[in-house]
Amino acid sequence: MLFGLDPLYLEDAWLAELLITVLKVVVAFALLLVAVMLMIWFERKLVSDMHNRIGPNMAGPWGILQTLADGVKLFFKEDLIPDKSDRFVFKLAPYLSLIPAFLVFAIVPIGGDFVNKAGVVRLFGHDTYLQVADPHIGILFFLAMSSMAVYGIMLAGWSSGSKYPLLGSVRASAQMVSYEAALGLALVAVLLQSESLSTHDIALGQAAAGPELLGVVPLPNWNLLVTGFVPFLVFLIAGTAELNRPPFDLVEAEQELVGGFHTEYSSIRFALFFLAEFMNVITMSAIIVTLFLGGPAGPVPIEGIGWAFGILWFFLKLMLFLFFYVWLRATLPRLRYDQLMDLGWKLLIPISLAWLLFLATRNIANEYDWSAGQIVLAAGIGLGLLIICTSLLMAAISAGDAHEHEEVS
Amino acid sequence: MGVLDYLRGFRVTFDKLFEERVTTEYPEEKSPKPDRLHGRHVLNRYEDGMEKCIGCELCAGVCPAKCIYVRGQDNPLDEPVSPGERFGYIYEINYLRCIHCDLCVEACPTQAITETKLFEFSFTNRSDAIYTKDELLVGDDGLPQNLPWEDWRPGEDVATSAWMRATSPAGDADYVGTVGWSGELGYGVRAPEVGQFGEDPEPPAAEVDPVDEGGHH
Repeated sequence: MLFGLDPLYLEDAWLAELLITVLKVVVAFALLLVAVMLMIWFERKLVSDMHNRIGPNMAGPWGILQTLADGVKLFFKEDLIPDKSDRFVFKLAPYLSLIPAFLVFAIVPIGGDFVNKAGVVRLFGHDTYLQVADPHIGILFFLAMSSMAVYGIMLAGWSSGSKYPLLGSVRASAQMVSYEAALGLALVAVLLQSESLSTHDIALGQAAAGPELLGVVPLPNWNLLVTGFVPFLVFLIAGTAELNRPPFDLVEAEQELVGGFHTEYSSIRFALFFLAEFMNVITMSAIIVTLFLGGPAGPVPIEGIGWAFGILWFFLKLMLFLFFYVWLRATLPRLRYDQLMDLGWKLLIPISLAWLLFLATRNIANEYDWSAGQIVLAAGIGLGLLIICTSLLMAAISAGDAHEHEEVS
Repeated sequence: MGVLDYLRGFRVTFDKLFEERVTTEYPEEKSPKPDRLHGRHVLNRYEDGMEKCIGCELCAGVCPAKCIYVRGQDNPLDEPVSPGERFGYIYEINYLRCIHCDLCVEACPTQAITETKLFEFSFTNRSDAIYTKDELLVGDDGLPQNLPWEDWRPGEDVATSAWMRATSPAGDADYVGTVGWSGELGYGVRAPEVGQFGEDPEPPAAEVDPVDEGGHH
């Protein structure tokens, strides 16, 4: 049961299981590589549009092959390893950041008819899911992999034997560890609702009929609505920070750190970092779509090829987030380091923690059928705690500020 | 500065999507060049085909980049190359050094050397970067030679001595609008351009401050 809950592995046909699994792995791998190629082109083109420029337009129609040309160029460039570097770690680091980026995509359901058939697809006469693996630990795998990706960046900077990469990697470890907390807390809010770690079950839970707006307009049962937007916003911001994307790209801030952790990298090793970075953008968007926007779940107008609509909905939602990430990059200036830490520790973590407690209380209230009096009591206690905690936090912040001023003067 | 003001930036970048692009797609499409752009040099001839260069080496002397190499020689008596006593029999400009400052043009007493508006030329080795007299000299029609490695566009070979004709050769404002230069092969005596005072070809003399005028000399 290495690959988890997929019905494919309940059957007693090991050859078919193996072949279908290999097929899914190959397709996912190729899909992700092509997607990264198109994503880099898309980002450059869209950022150009937002700058009144034209962007790449020479290689292929609309410059769509520009990434391929750049990749070939990088592949044939001289590969440099600095004398002062730790050679083994220096060579290892790009793979440490690339492989987690690949693996996370394996748990994302990208298609299937979730409304009528619970996401099960018939492939060559066998029932299976349209995702490479649906492990029991599900979304925890994503957290584990995104923690692993920190090592790639941190070790790259450390092993370069050069000061700017080192500064970049120090920033990277601090930033990614801080934001992982907020990311995890926002994630727990989703898990409270879906009551499952499996990404397939999370997507399936969001395919059911959702709450109704004013009792009339039916809304999708997306976790975005069910958990009340706050975990979504926290996850989106913390996810952007986790990706080291603008405005959180302090790790590779060109104006401050040359290139940050990848300053000393060249040729194919640099290309691997570049690949991993953009692959992370795609997988993070896919994870957000799965967690908050119902993944491939959506209306299926035509029976029979319902799984194709699943893929369509998934990619539409994915495009939305890819566009958003590029839009962020074109709009926001980079945060200062202290602003980054303030946002993470003083805003995102308290908010996601408080919201998590609120959601948990709401679930308990529903389960035990609380009376109005109990709800008012719980709300009162909660509000009181909130006020006390906020004032304690504020006191701590102002004390810290005062201390800082002392040190300066 | 509220949250909404912060979000207004997103509106700005989104609106840009539908605005006109400012990019000039350079090799295919070129912006018009300024009239007095400093490009590669030409060596001019008089209307009768005689070379203007007298081999005095003032251009080489004034060149801050030391990119001009000139050697003069006495004109052959039976077949003179230039109207005077001497002519430049070697004239070389190294375009890897030239900074196109036009000091040679200003130094030249006979307006032999001027600049075109051509800058799109390239070489694959250092010796090709040195233009010799054969390449710099204007052709029989008085126009610069279009050498195979140069990317000439219409209009780059006209008004080659634009800066010279703006005022007098000596740069004295008193001579604005006064022809003080020799004729050229293919053009004759070129008319003066509008001077530096703007659209009016004959600025009122009263506006010239006598004190400032004195400063020129």
